[in-house]
Amino acid sequence: MTEPNEIDDAVTERNQQKAAVRWIAIGFSVSACASLALAVVYFLGGQPQLEGTLLAIALGGIAVGLGLWASELLPKGPFVEGRKSLHDTPVDRHEAEEAFEGDPEPVERRGFLLKMLGAAVAALGVAALFPIRSLGVRPGRELYKTHWTPGARAVTRAGTPLTVNDLDVGGLLTVFPEGHVDAADSQTIVIRLDEGEYEDPPGREGWAPQGFVGYSKICTHAGCPVGLYQQETRELFCPCHQSVFKVLEGAEPTAGPATRPLPQLPLGFDDDGYLVATGDFTEPVGPGFWDRDRD
Amino acid sequence: MIKRFVRGMDERLGASSFARQALNKVFPDHWSFMIGEIALYAFVILVLTGVFLSLFFEGSTGEVVYQGSYEPLQGVEVSQAYNSVMELSFDVRAGLVMRQIHHWAALLFIAAMVVHLCRIFFTGAFRKPREINWIIGVTLLLLGIFNGFTGYSLPDDLLSGTGLRIAHSIALSVPLVGTWTAFLAFGGEFPAEDIIGRLLVVHIMIVPAAIGGLIAAHLAILWRQKHTDFPAPGRTETNVVGSKLWPTYAAKSVSLFLAVFAVTALLGGLVQINPVWLYGPFRPEQVSSPAQPDWYMGWVEGALRLMPAWELRAFGFEIPNPFYPAVLLPGITFLLLYAWPFLEARFTKDLEPHHLLNRARDHPARTALGAATLTFYTVLFFAASNDLIAKLLEVRVETVTTIYRILVLGLPPVVGYVVFRLMKGLLASGAERFTQMPLSAVLHPRR
Repeated sequence: MTEPNEIDDAVTERNQQKAAVRWIAIGFSVSACASLALAVVYFLGGQPQLEGTLLAIALGGIAVGLGLWASELLPKGPFVEGRKSLHDTPVDRHEAEEAFEGDPEPVERRGFLLKMLGAAVAALGVAALFPIRSLGVRPGRELYKTHWTPGARAVTRAGTPLTVNDLDVGGLLTVFPEGHVDAADSQTIVIRLDEGEYEDPPGREGWAPQGFVGYSKICTHAGCPVGLYQQETRELFCPCHQSVFKVLEGAEPTAGPATRPLPQLPLGFDDDGYLVATGDFTEPVGPGFWDRDRD
Repeated sequence: MIKRFVRGMDERLGASSFARQALNKVFPDHWSFMIGEIALYAFVILVLTGVFLSLFFEGSTGEVVYQGSYEPLQGVEVSQAYNSVMELSFDVRAGLVMRQIHHWAALLFIAAMVVHLCRIFFTGAFRKPREINWIIGVTLLLLGIFNGFTGYSLPDDLLSGTGLRIAHSIALSVPLVGTWTAFLAFGGEFPAEDIIGRLLVVHIMIVPAAIGGLIAAHLAILWRQKHTDFPAPGRTETNVVGSKLWPTYAAKSVSLFLAVFAVTALLGGLVQINPVWLYGPFRPEQVSSPAQPDWYMGWVEGALRLMPAWELRAFGFEIPNPFYPAVLLPGITFLLLYAWPFLEARFTKDLEPHHLLNRARDHPARTALGAATLTFYTVLFFAASNDLIAKLLEVRVETVTTIYRILVLGLPPVVGYVVFRLMKGLLASGAERFTQMPLSAVLHPRR
């Protein structure tokens, strides 16, 4: 005889199943509709927000349907499976060792042959590494010099040379050596300071004619362009890791991770009144490297 | 039909008993075991969308004049790489959605791996016999981060160009071999023309192949060793309790895949990510500000920002400042990750195989160490936005940096100690749940 409770349970279960089937079917049909709509949107020329949303509904509908199917209708278990120990018997292990050994009666000079084989493979390995050398040019003196030469005119990215009148006091510009506006290592920031407030650091007398002072724009920390200038404090600011350089004090770093000042470019004006470099930077520009101070 | 299929396969492959075993294989149902699957499925989404993108992307720095439909940049000289990404975003139907799904899936891929790693760590699932899978998993995380970086560097926009610039500087900072390493990897002094084409090969071929192969090995080993399980009545070291692979677990897992895909599709459709047209093409003398990398590089970026202006110089040689936060710290991080299962086995002298998991409280020291470590990297992560925080709070960046320097060293020990006391208390009180633990158990764990 069946207890009334059990009948109730069976009825509830069947109702639950019915509900699950209904929701799963809804999930799948919503998905199908979304896919069709997606095709239409695409056919009509596409629209990113609609595409993403419809794709999400198309995928999500099946996801919901399958998820409900798994959790409501499929065998739930819990099932138990035994877990055998991972390792084999000692006999198996011994036999594996023997199989590895391979040759139970090696020739007398097997060790010697193995050493020779090792040497040959090692030499081959070394030889095979050499194509890596083809990947790049020899660093040589690349990092120690830029395209600035004595007399090279400082031009803007557009190639325009500068006279005294092209920059007001307090203004700044990014300049390149004429003919090398693509030379990333030569980018220099020129700031026009009030002649009264600026004093040449020792050894750099005459590098900043009429208050035009030039510093390498490449941060000495990790090489970002030192692109921000705060006129009130006369500070250059690197937006990548927040190093701060004091313009009035030879671009010495005052905060942030940079350890070295921005190298200064000696500037002058040529006979036609154009701003020129009077030489290259006297030290490598940009981030540090192992033998930076070797000269 | 099933009958004919099984017979056909059996007569050719003799696969019946394998199929029976495989289909009946039992998988535990705990939700936390799905996190690794989310990472797997994110990778599948990355491959699917990535194949589409690769059909349009051009890995070249050759200059062209942009003439696509995004007006503000029309007539501007850009690289072919940037041009093709712009074309994908504005002129290829469904291109933008594919790009954005790809990027969101990449963020999710690495996030899921990190959470999965935490799950494995805090439950002791890495213990013998699962050290090999731990090593493979850590390698997958490393490759995932690396490929994320190479991926967002490809469009040759102003933000990613800045990232490459920093990467070049970091390579330069390595003692002795740094200059050669940077010149060989990039092809010369920054910005070398070869780099985008090389990144493309690495990003779409070498690393994905490695990730795919390692995932296969990860799963094969998991299949062989079977899942771990949380201790509960009826669960022992010699059994696995849960759903059968077929049909329940398979349906659940496919459902999860589609759900993950749906979420990334929704994000890709509705939430803008990496708008390269706003950053503009890369110019070596320009920089976008503020400049933050993708989230998984945040800890390195934060470390670069917090590192004091200090470096080693001796005998005319130097080890530049970026080396310590950007080479040494990640190096130590991954070395310790790789070594952890062996270090813990040595400290605890526990060389036995384990299939039942720990709860966090079972190993207060491990849990405390993990929490302290996570705190350390979380502080670094937030330090990567010190400039934004300074702007928001209207204080000097230096002030924010100083506070972070204190936090990054001070907070981990505090968090570690607090977690240690909590775990001890939880263990001693015998409370099932955290919220049921009496406060006295924390204050006096020994009583």
